[in-house]
Amino acid sequence: MGYVAIKGGGEAIEGTKTVFDYLRTRQGDTAKPLDTDTIEHQLRLLHSRVISEGGVYHPRLASLAIKQAQGDTLEAAFVLRAYRSTQPRLVETPALNTENMRITRRISAAFKDIPGGQMLGATTDYHLRLMRMDLLDESPERFCAVAKEWFTKKTETDIPDSVIPDTFPKVLESLRNEGLLPSVDGTARNRDPFDITREPLIFPVPRSAALATMARAEQGSLLAIAYSNMRGYGDVHPTVAELRVGYLPVMLPHPITGELTEIGEVEITECEVVAMYEEQGSSSVAGGRMPGATEDEEGNDKPTFTLGYGACFGHNEVKAISMAILDRALQAGMKNGPRNPSEDPEFVLLHVDGIDSMGFCTHYKMPHYVTFQSDMDRLRTTQQKQNNKEQTI
Amino acid sequence: MSASYPFGFLNEYAKKEVRRSTLKAVAIPGYQVPYSSREMPMGRGFGTGGLQLTLSLLGKGETLKVIDQGSDDSVNAVNLRSFIEMTCEGINTTTKTDEADFIQSRHRIPETALREDQLIVLQVPYPDPLVVVEPSEDKRKILHGEADYSRLLVKLYEDIVKFDEITISHRYPTRINGHYVIDPSPIPRWDVPKLNQSKALILLGAGREKKIYAVPPYTKAEPLAFEDVPFRVENFSDENGQRRSCQRCGCTSSFLDEFVDSKTGKKVYQCSDSDWCDAQGSASVAEGRTPGATDEYPPTNIEQVVVANG
Repeated sequence: MGYVAIKGGGEAIEGTKTVFDYLRTRQGDTAKPLDTDTIEHQLRLLHSRVISEGGVYHPRLASLAIKQAQGDTLEAAFVLRAYRSTQPRLVETPALNTENMRITRRISAAFKDIPGGQMLGATTDYHLRLMRMDLLDESPERFCAVAKEWFTKKTETDIPDSVIPDTFPKVLESLRNEGLLPSVDGTARNRDPFDITREPLIFPVPRSAALATMARAEQGSLLAIAYSNMRGYGDVHPTVAELRVGYLPVMLPHPITGELTEIGEVEITECEVVAMYEEQGSSSVAGGRMPGATEDEEGNDKPTFTLGYGACFGHNEVKAISMAILDRALQAGMKNGPRNPSEDPEFVLLHVDGIDSMGFCTHYKMPHYVTFQSDMDRLRTTQQKQNNKEQTI
Repeated sequence: MSASYPFGFLNEYAKKEVRRSTLKAVAIPGYQVPYSSREMPMGRGFGTGGLQLTLSLLGKGETLKVIDQGSDDSVNAVNLRSFIEMTCEGINTTTKTDEADFIQSRHRIPETALREDQLIVLQVPYPDPLVVVEPSEDKRKILHGEADYSRLLVKLYEDIVKFDEITISHRYPTRINGHYVIDPSPIPRWDVPKLNQSKALILLGAGREKKIYAVPPYTKAEPLAFEDVPFRVENFSDENGQRRSCQRCGCTSSFLDEFVDSKTGKKVYQCSDSDWCDAQGSASVAEGRTPGATDEYPPTNIEQVVVANG
């Protein structure tokens, strides 16, 4: 008597929690619990990924999420995102100008010499991916010495602080001044951005909804679809006009004076890509002009480069580039109709959220007895009908 | 940093939005109302849509029943119930269908007929029945608006041509109030007739797909079918045409789970609805009766959908 094994799960569920927590500590006496500062600094890029996909800029809770999820990025981003549901949205910042970023890295693949100069910063781009055996047994002394050495050497070799500007101009500005880019849509500034946390996506959606969705999308999902666009399901080789990483001041009106005041800063990665221009006359579309053309004084369309924009919390370069490529692709798709999956807003935007996709994938592990019973009923019935037919022949 | 959560976990603005969307869903039977759908602390696909409805609508002093696959004790039901208990102080829970004001369910509607003062929330993975014939939501919205379900009917027809039988096993497309066709969630066909003229309000919530829709009380719900190929529920007859009974309570009128007895290696059947099974067990012991059986559908109060020019 009694129900099948999987029913009666209360205690079993408790058991999964305790064994999951036990595994964290399995290393034994020599182990030290991870502290959240360590995660933020030594697992910097993992932390960036989670804060970006979680969609809340809360470095400490992002570290905690990584710790409790035992390093699973999807799970950690999920914990952070669920925390977000409990918090009301109190204020909106005005649009922030990323020209004001305190830059830690800034490159352009379009020009060798950009105003302000290329600034490589911290990257693995040019590393030989060889095992660094010296890190296997790193002593605390050696570890601390790294930071000390870096500061002392820097003053000897680097350019004096006085030469480094506080902010850098945007590479795109120069292209725009030459008339190679579509002019900025001045009305966009006055339109309220679409808030994906307060409104569901009902297609067609404005570009701001697409950008917001991609900004907290799962990096691997974005990359996969962007890659399809790069290597054949799409025909454009984009050029990275500028990729910048740094800290963006967040401004809010002062509660008394109303004056815009800096309330803190967020680390972000931003990427702008340009791609080959579109043919003349292909840019007119009902409901306004789309990127890819600019009107001269006589109202004639002139060919220009097309643009793609990507930005996200944290230091996530692959994500920002993928997003910029997809932004360009989606704009093309909205204009001319999608020619491949990466240009289809529904295909891209409804499949890149990690919390949605991992949740649904995970749910397949839940019991499906009832529906499977129903499936078997259909299969048996159709098989039987088939048998009956064969017998009569 | 302590994490103390508001009543019902969600912030007040989020709950208000769910309530407004619910009102709209009730006002337009079968219409999928889009809502923003917050992330819940359990996986998308584990009932986050149903959960947001429950957390937004459930009030102090009300009694809740949570079931999954018909059982109050399956892992997911246990998990959801304890989360709701944790975040909604002052509510009561029960496993008895009769005692519940509010039922959240995955994949089943209880065998016990629901009353006017009860409400059932169904968890929905795919809210749109048209998704099998049209992947674009934008285009599906137009089809729904025009009540154009011809492609679904063609799919049913193709099934009959290929297999001599409609092969949709669960999530059976059902027309509500003569217009919108809904995906009634992955309930078996067995439960579809319970939607028709239901005394209780039926709410359906899809968290991942961000939709809420409803079958209001006393509303017509007709499974899509043809005049000459009626809608049929699951068949629980054995090789001799005898209706199988639950090995636990002896009931011959309930939806049965089929499994293999690990000791004898034989296939056995048991009520999927555990509360129903318990009640039948005690009732049949007390009265010495075995409940009667009917599994041929349709009952007389549902009209069949007739395709023009068949």
